Amino acid sequence: MNFNNFIQTAFFLGVLLLLIKPFGRYMARIYEGRPAGLNVWLSPVEKWLYRICGVKQDEGMPWKIYALAMIMFNILGILVVYAIQRLQGHLPLNPMNLPGVSPDSSFNTAISFATNTNWQGYAGESTMSYLTQMAVLVVQNFVSAATGMAILVAVIRGFVQKQMHTIGNFWVDITRSILYILLPLSILFALVFVWQGVPQTLHKSAQATLLEGTKDSNGKPVTQQEIALGPVASQIAIKQLGSNGGGFYNANSAHPYENPTPLTNFLELLAIMLIPVALCYTFGDMIKDRKQGWAILATMFIVFLPCLFACICIEQQGNPLLDKLQVDQRATDAQPGGNMEGKEARFGIVNSSLWVVSTTAVANGSVNCMHDSLMPISGLIPLWLIQLGEVIFGGVGCGLYGMIAFIIVAVFMAGLMIGRTPEYLGKKIEVYEIKMACLVALIPHLFVLLPTAIAVMTAAGKAGILNSGPHGFSEILYAFSSASGNNGSAFGGINANTVFYNVTTAVSMFFGRYWLAIPMLAIAGSLSAKKIVPVTQGTLPTHTPLFIVFLAVVVLVVGALAFFPALALGPIVEHLMLKGI
Amino acid sequence: MKKTHHKSASLFEPTILGPAVIESFKKLDPRHQIKNPVMFVVLVGSILTSGLWLQSLGGRGEAAPGFILAISVWLWFTIVFANFAESMAEGRGKAQAESLRKARKDTPAKKLSKPVRGASFENVSATTLRKGDIVLVEQGDYIPMDGEVVEGVASVDESAITGESAPVIRESGGDRSAVTGGTKVLSDWLIVRISVDPGETFLDHMIAMVEGARRQKTPNEVALSILLVVFTIIFLLVTVTLLPFSMFSVTAAGKGVVITVTALVALLVCLIPTTIGGLLPAIGIAGMDRMIQANVIATSGRAVEAAGDVDVLLLDKTGTITLGNRQAVAFIPAKGIKVEDLADAAQLSSLSDETPEGRSIVVLAKDKYAIRERQTNQLEARFIPFSAQTRMSGVDLAGNRQIRKGSVDAIENYVRQDGRQMPDDLKSSIEAISKEGGTPLVVAENHKVLGVIQLKDIIKGGIRERFAELRRMGIKTVMITGDNPLTAAAIAAEAGMDDFLAQATPETKLKYIRDMQAGGRLVAMTGDGTNDAPALAQADVAVAMNTGTQAAKEAGNMVDLDSNPTKLIEVVKIGKQLLITRGALTTFSIANDVAKYFAIIPAVFVGTYPALGALNIMHLATPQSAILSAVIFNALIIIFLVPLSLFGVPYRPMAASRLLRDNLLIYGLGGIMTPFVGIKIIDMILAALHWV
Repeated sequence: MNFNNFIQTAFFLGVLLLLIKPFGRYMARIYEGRPAGLNVWLSPVEKWLYRICGVKQDEGMPWKIYALAMIMFNILGILVVYAIQRLQGHLPLNPMNLPGVSPDSSFNTAISFATNTNWQGYAGESTMSYLTQMAVLVVQNFVSAATGMAILVAVIRGFVQKQMHTIGNFWVDITRSILYILLPLSILFALVFVWQGVPQTLHKSAQATLLEGTKDSNGKPVTQQEIALGPVASQIAIKQLGSNGGGFYNANSAHPYENPTPLTNFLELLAIMLIPVALCYTFGDMIKDRKQGWAILATMFIVFLPCLFACICIEQQGNPLLDKLQVDQRATDAQPGGNMEGKEARFGIVNSSLWVVSTTAVANGSVNCMHDSLMPISGLIPLWLIQLGEVIFGGVGCGLYGMIAFIIVAVFMAGLMIGRTPEYLGKKIEVYEIKMACLVALIPHLFVLLPTAIAVMTAAGKAGILNSGPHGFSEILYAFSSASGNNGSAFGGINANTVFYNVTTAVSMFFGRYWLAIPMLAIAGSLSAKKIVPVTQGTLPTHTPLFIVFLAVVVLVVGALAFFPALALGPIVEHLMLKGI
Repeated sequence: MKKTHHKSASLFEPTILGPAVIESFKKLDPRHQIKNPVMFVVLVGSILTSGLWLQSLGGRGEAAPGFILAISVWLWFTIVFANFAESMAEGRGKAQAESLRKARKDTPAKKLSKPVRGASFENVSATTLRKGDIVLVEQGDYIPMDGEVVEGVASVDESAITGESAPVIRESGGDRSAVTGGTKVLSDWLIVRISVDPGETFLDHMIAMVEGARRQKTPNEVALSILLVVFTIIFLLVTVTLLPFSMFSVTAAGKGVVITVTALVALLVCLIPTTIGGLLPAIGIAGMDRMIQANVIATSGRAVEAAGDVDVLLLDKTGTITLGNRQAVAFIPAKGIKVEDLADAAQLSSLSDETPEGRSIVVLAKDKYAIRERQTNQLEARFIPFSAQTRMSGVDLAGNRQIRKGSVDAIENYVRQDGRQMPDDLKSSIEAISKEGGTPLVVAENHKVLGVIQLKDIIKGGIRERFAELRRMGIKTVMITGDNPLTAAAIAAEAGMDDFLAQATPETKLKYIRDMQAGGRLVAMTGDGTNDAPALAQADVAVAMNTGTQAAKEAGNMVDLDSNPTKLIEVVKIGKQLLITRGALTTFSIANDVAKYFAIIPAVFVGTYPALGALNIMHLATPQSAILSAVIFNALIIIFLVPLSLFGVPYRPMAASRLLRDNLLIYGLGGIMTPFVGIKIIDMILAALHWV
C-alpha cells in the first residue's frame, strides 16, 4: 500500500467518521418524533399523508400486525413492478419504444427491487422505459430501503420499551424514513450529480456521429452511436443511499454518465456507507446508551478495515502471472500499477478496491469495476463479506438488525460461559429469541448453498457459466450469495438473464429478505413485552473491547464454518494455483 | 456436621463404571437416540457407513473396505462414548437413590380413629395411607409418611434423609411440626396428620430427582439444544452440497475422484457439535447430583438454573448474619455513677437470667471489672423474671434494694413512678448505641437510673467475606430483620450487606420481593417459618430449611437438608457452574471445527486440485489418515471431557468480563488449538503403526 493509496483511503474514512454522529443523531430524533428541523417544517405534509391514508399516527401495532403490513406493502410493490415491466410497451414515457420485459426477467426484477437487492439480470438502458426506471424502480428503491429502516426501528423499540405489546406503527416508520431521511438526501445528492454532469432528462437517447466509422458483427458499417440518456441522477442518488445498487446503465457506476467525476465517485462511495454506518449511532442514541452503538460500529470496522487493506494491497501487487512475463506492475508517476484488468482507468486501484469492499460490506451492490477480474483473494473478500450475512454495515436497517441477531447468539454463548441467563441491553434472551435469532443469523446460509448445488448439478445452471474451473464455480457461488444476502452485485461471468437464474435467484432473494425480517419483528415483539433487567456486577458489559472482539469472531467463525469448503473449491484453490503451489 | 451419605462417588467407582459400560451399548437404541438430535445424526451416519462397508466387501465399494470399516467403527464409538457419559451421570445418581430407597421401607402404621392419644387404632401398611389420615408414632417406630405433628413432642432421627446423625425435636405447632416419612422416632410419641398421597412424599421426590427420571430440560438447555440443532442442520447442508460441488470440480479439473460418501459422513460427524451434544445430558444430570451432594433437594432443574441468575438474596438477620443472640459489650454509667457500681448492679440482676444476653452480662462484668459470680442463695435475693407486661427483669435484694433492667421505654416508665427522669447524658449514649446497631439495656436501682448496658449483635465470622464474594458475582444481599431501621442499617453495614428491610413483616417481605421482581430482578430467599411461606412462594429461588414447617417446604422450590441459610451461596454457585459447563463445552465443540476442516478438506480434494495440499498445514500422512484421525479425535475428546462434564467447570466469583475472557481463552482458543495437536498425534500413531 503506497502513500497515495493510504491518503485516499484515510480521507474517505475520515469524512465518513465525521458524519456518523450528526447524521445518526438526526435519524434518532426523526424516529423518536423529537424536533429535528425537517420534521417540524414538513410536519403538515406528514399529517396530511396520514389523513388521506387513514393512518392513526399514535396507534402502535403488535409485531404480527406490523409484519403483516410490511409484507402486504412489499407484495403490492412486487405486483406493480411486475405489471409495469410487462406493460411498458403500451405505457407513456417510453421514447425509445422499448417492448415489454420477459415474464421471468420481470419476476426476477420485481423481487429484486422489493427486497432491496437490485440484482439486475437485464441491461437498464436497453430494457427499461423511463417510466419503469423512475416511476417503478426508483420508487421501489425508496420503499425497500425504508422498509429495512422501519424494521430496524421496530427492533430498537423492542429494547427501549418495557412490558408493551406494540412495536410502533409501520406506516409512520416508513413515512418518516422516506420523507425526512431518504428523500431530502436523495434530492441533495441528485442535484450535485446533475451539476457534475450526470444526465437528468426525459428526452430520448442522443445520436453522435462517430469520428471513425466501424463495423458491427454482421459486417455492416456503423457511423452513428446512440448515447443513452434519461432520468439518471435521481435514480443513482437513491440507489447509492438506500443500499439498492441497481444502476440506470448496465455498467452501473463504472459508466461515465452514472459516475462522471472523482467528486461523484467520492460522493457515491460515501452514500453507500452513510446511512448504514450512521444507523449504529442512531441505535445507541435511541437506547440511551451510545457506547453500545459505537461498540457495534467497532465490531463492523474490525472486520471491514482488514478486508479493505487486504483488497487494496493485493490489487496493487498485481498478477503474479504477469510478473513472470516481465510486465512492470509497479505504481509509478506514469501508471497506477497493480491489477488493472476490469477497472476503470479513471478510478484506479484504491477507488475500485474501496468500492468493492464498501459495496459488499454494505449490501449495496453497485459496482465501479468488474469483480470477476479481481485477484482470487481480493475476489474472495467481497464474496465472503456478503456470505457473513451482510451484517458488516449491511443494507440500510437490515444490516444492523442482522447484526443484532448475531449479537443475540453471541450474548447467549457468552451468558452461558459466565453462568447467567443471557441478556442484552437489559432484556433477557430466552428460548424464543434464540430460536428466532438462529433463523436470522444461521439458516440463510442454506439459501446460498442449496441453489449453488442445484446450479452446478443442472444443465440449465451450467449453461450460464462462461469460465471453467474454480473461477466458474466462484461465479455461481457469488451470484447466489449476492442474491441471498440482498446485495445485488454480480461477480460477472455468468449469463444470468435465463429462466433458470431469474427464478432461482429470485427465490434466494425473497427468502434472504423476508425469512430474516419476520423473525426479527418477532424478536422485537417478544423483547418489547419484557421487563428491563438492571445492570449489576454480574451483567456482561457488551461495549467492552472483549465483547467487540468476541462478536466479530462469532460472525467470522459462523461465516467461515459454513462456507470454507465452498470457498476452498473456488477462490482459495484458484489463488493457490495462481501462486503455482 | 457429620455426613453419613450424599458423598461424591469416585470417578472410577467400579459399581458405577461396570453398569455404565453395559448401559452405553443398550442406549444405541434409535428410540433413545432420537431424543438427542445431534447424536441421532451420528447414528444415521454410522448405519450408512456400515452399509457401505458391507457393500465394499463385495468388491464394489467406493473406497477400501478397511478404511470404511475403520471410519464406521469410530463413528459407532462416538455414540457409545456419548452414551457412556450419560450412563455414568445416571449411575452416580442411581447409587444415591439406592441409599435413599432403603429408607423407604414399607413401614407399618398405626392409623388412629381420632386425633387424640389413647384413641383406638388399626395397624395398616404405610402405602395405604392417604392425605389427611391421622397416625400415631411411638418410640422406635418409623414415621410412615410425610406429615404434620398435631400433638406430642418427640426426638426424631432424620439421618436417613439429612445425613445428620444428631436427633432433632419435632413438636406440634410452631416451626418444627413437619416430619418426613422414613425417619425414626427415638423417644416419646407423636400424632401426625399425613400431608401427602403415596408417591408424592419428599423421599419419592428425592429419589426421582437423583435418578433423573423426572428431569425436564431447563429453559437454557432448550435454547442451547435449538442452537445445536441449527448448527447440525447447517453442517448437514454444508456436507450434502459438497457432493455436487465436488462433482462439478472433478469435471472442471478433469482429474481426481468425487468425494466418497464415507468421507462426507466423516466430515459431517466431525463438524456437528457432537462433543457438547454427547455430553449435554450428562452435564444436566451431574448438576442435579452436585446439588444433592450439597444436601439440597431441588424440586426442578429450572430452579437450579434460576439460582445461577439470582440478582438479589434475602437473608434473615438472626441465625444467618448474626449469631442467634446479642452480647453485652460495654457498661456506660449515668453521670455521677461509678462504672463498677453499674457493673455490679447489672451482674446481680442477671445472675439467674439464663438467656444468652443475661449470661453475657455476667461474663462481661467478670472479664472487665473482676466482679466474681456470687452464690444466689446466699444473697437472700428474689429474682423478678422478665414479663411481657413490665418488659423488665431484675432482682430484689435484702436491704430493700430493687434492681431492674429493661428496654429504654420500660425503665423510663419504671423511674417515672418515682417522679424521676432519664438523665439527659444517658439519652445521648442510648442514641449512640442504637446508631451503631446495638441494643441499649438500661439498669435502674430503686427507681434511679444507673446506666446502660450495650448489647450488640455479633456478626458471624467470615460472613462479610461471603457477601463480598456474592457482590463479585453481581448479587445484591439484603438483610431482613424485625429491628428498627437505625439498628438494621448499622448491622447491615457491619456485615457488608447492600440493603436491609427493617421491621419486616410477612407483608413487607412479600411486597419487597414483588417490587424487586417488577424491576426485573431475580430474587432468592431462605425461610423456615409458616409466615415465610408467602414470600417463599413469590421468590424465584426459595430455599426452605428442612427443619422448617411443611408450609415453608411446600412454598419453596428447594429444601436444604442441612438447614443452613448461607447454603444459598452454594446453590448459586452450582447453578452458575451448570451453565458455564454447557457454554464452555459448546464453545470448545464449535472451535474444534476449524482444525477438522484443515484436516479433511485438503484430504478429500487434493486429488482434484493438488494445489489444495497447501491447506494440509498439519502435514498429515495420507488423505485416509487425515480423515480417520479427525474422526478418532472427535470420538476420544468426548471420553476425555467426561470428568469435566460430571464435575463441572471450576467457578470462581469474579466480574463477568474477566470470567468471559478466561473461559474464552481456555475453551475458545484452547478449542481451536487442541485438535490441531490431537489430530496430529493420532495421525503420527496411525502412520507409525502402518494402519493407513
